[in-house]
Amino acid sequence: MSLKNSLVHAIAEMQEEEAIRLTRAMVDSGASPMEVLDAAREAMDIVGQRYEKGIYFLPELMMAGEILSQMAEIVKPLLAQAPAVKKHGRVLIGTVAGDIHDIGKNIVVFMLDVNGFEVMDLGVDVPPQKFVEAVKEFKPQVVGLSGFLTLAFDSMKETIKALEVAGLRNQVKVMIGGGSVDEHVRAYTGADAWGRDAMAAVNLAKQWIGG
Amino acid sequence: MQAQTTSEQKMEALFAAWMSTEGKSFVSPEVAQTYQRRVQRFKDVVQLKKPDQVPTILLTGGFVADYAGISHGEMMYDYEKAARAILKFHEDFQPDYQAASNFLPGPAFDRLGYVLYRWPGSKIPSQSLPPTMPFQMVEAEYMRADEYDQLIADPEYFCLRVYVPRICKALGGWQLLPTFFATMEMPFIPFWLGVSGAPPVMEAFQAFLEAVRLNAEYGAVSGRVSAELMSKYGMPGTIGGFSKAPFDILGDTLRGTRGVMLDMYRCPDKVLAAVERLTPIAIQMGLQAAMMSQHPFVLIPLHKGADGFMSREDFKKFYWPTLKATLLGLIEGGAVPFLFVEGGYNERLDIIAESGLPAGRTIWLFDRTDMKAVKKFFGSWACFGGNVPASLFYAGTPQEMETYVRDLIETVGQDGGFFLSPGVVVDQARPENVRAYLEAARKYGVYG
Ligand code: B12
Repeated sequence: MSLKNSLVHAIAEMQEEEAIRLTRAMVDSGASPMEVLDAAREAMDIVGQRYEKGIYFLPELMMAGEILSQMAEIVKPLLAQAPAVKKHGRVLIGTVAGDIHDIGKNIVVFMLDVNGFEVMDLGVDVPPQKFVEAVKEFKPQVVGLSGFLTLAFDSMKETIKALEVAGLRNQVKVMIGGGSVDEHVRAYTGADAWGRDAMAAVNLAKQWIGG
Repeated sequence: MQAQTTSEQKMEALFAAWMSTEGKSFVSPEVAQTYQRRVQRFKDVVQLKKPDQVPTILLTGGFVADYAGISHGEMMYDYEKAARAILKFHEDFQPDYQAASNFLPGPAFDRLGYVLYRWPGSKIPSQSLPPTMPFQMVEAEYMRADEYDQLIADPEYFCLRVYVPRICKALGGWQLLPTFFATMEMPFIPFWLGVSGAPPVMEAFQAFLEAVRLNAEYGAVSGRVSAELMSKYGMPGTIGGFSKAPFDILGDTLRGTRGVMLDMYRCPDKVLAAVERLTPIAIQMGLQAAMMSQHPFVLIPLHKGADGFMSREDFKKFYWPTLKATLLGLIEGGAVPFLFVEGGYNERLDIIAESGLPAGRTIWLFDRTDMKAVKKFFGSWACFGGNVPASLFYAGTPQEMETYVRDLIETVGQDGGFFLSPGVVVDQARPENVRAYLEAARKYGVYG
């Protein structure tokens, strides 16, 4: 197996120390940072697929994320510019005002990312106005609102309202998800669709943007 | 010599104490009867019998404050207002059992310098939320990854001297607490008391005692409210104590979600050793509370073993064995574990059902688990309920609520061993939907 393939394997199999060792070995052997990141991307595809199939769960996603950020630390100094990768489209996402649950949202971000979307994550407890400003700047085709608390239903509604007031509502599709979100909540908030899990988010984005 | 009491007898004794009207006051003999009938109803369900009607509970959080028009901050700082809000809620809705609310002693948390949560109106600037927000836990690594050995060697020592000083800033001095074994020789005692006299240790004890006193002020009001609900309306309390799954003790507020999940890969043996060491503590916590309140139900909210959180294999390895041991320990002591199964448990039902827990000794409240599957796997050995969605309380119509409750009772509630409950804590709701929920319960929940 080439160094790169070994690295892909180590990441996908959650062998943290081995992955870091191989990253260093690749860099030392003169591989470009692009090649290393390519391996990471390939491994993440595998992790994403295994998550979709119900083989991997949260511990694996967190471990994969952890390995990745350690790899990035090693490669960063060598990186002149961010790799230009062609993406299908842009998705803006965040957990709405008053809510700080982000485990579900982070999985959605991860899955959108491995499925080739450019994702901007605004984090948690995001006020409506911040969504509005980010829509203006980032120009996403899709906005994803995450929320687990019942108070999030109102925040979602207000966020969608704020997009309307700013005249941006018809430029984006809005999907919502998290916890008790269902069709009732979708109707209440005025979102275009709701999704039960990260795959639903990916499918909605694909349906709306293509890719 | 007296014959040993069995766990069955211990449980019966706790049920009897809960059911007893002795030392409790009621406005009339009829109300006392109503009280006893309601306790009996839940007892029947636990023991897999068919009661007169489906017991119906309401898990309410912020809704009580919202409904009464007071803020979440007032719920934690203005006890008289909070008491009136709770009484008004029960008077207007007439639930069968006392419903929980976010009524808690804010001043005691302030005095402890409690930084594990943020809450409305906190006097600690970093912890303060606007009065309109409910309290919330702050997730972080309160135990470091390199502290497993310390936790495993002596969990209570670690808790008192490392964990508590971190999450209760005013108890920071406990870091310096000398060992209490020094009491074993008289000449050692001056040293022991001397070290305890260091200003930070003294301040910590002072803060602790003041928090105890502040909590007692709250306890007096909360006791009075509960007694009034019992006396006026015959509403029994729903919960006698709390505990947690050992994995959640570790994963929620010691290592945090991310921490514990990485540890499952980095140091699985330590995770396993830690949850084992925490098991007797989980049992003791629940039993102590149940004995003190003379009420058999010990609520255990389940967090990080749900579908999606980990694989079935990991559930069987990391989560279930020590939770099961906790349940068995509680049952052994006569308590009835009341599991609040948050999220989905569709991938766990068979594992739990086949693990040989004794029949008629546990209660299972489900959130987003398929209730038909629950009935199939649990119906023969454990009572269950839950599942009425928060979204329906908030964004549904009374008609939709009625239909949901009817369908639920018709599909899984026909043979007894079933209680009605929301699947989550209801924080926000339309009053007409809460009413529709309770009315539907009475309309469709009476067994012919
Ligand atoms: C972990 C957790 C926490 C953690 C959050 C940590 C974090 N960093 O996120 C902590 C401890 C901080 C927390 C705090 C609170 N929590 Co909480 N929490 C949970 C818990 C146990 C799990 C939620 C979770 O992360 N699930 C894991 C994910 C992966 O599962 P999932 O939902 O299936 O994920 C998918 C979908 O959500 C979907 N999705 C998510 N976002 C989006 C977006 C789009 C666009 C789409 C399409 C899909 C999508 O994709 C995800 C991946 O497939 C739930 C109960 C439960 N088991 O559901 C309660 C729960 C959500 N919490 C609840 C409450 C009440 C609170 C608190 C108020 C409690 C308190 N008093 O401390 C605070 C509020 C804090 C706040 N202001 O937000 C309640 C909400 C009840 C309600 N009325 O709706 C719940 C339901 C518990 C309960 N049964 O009552 N909580």
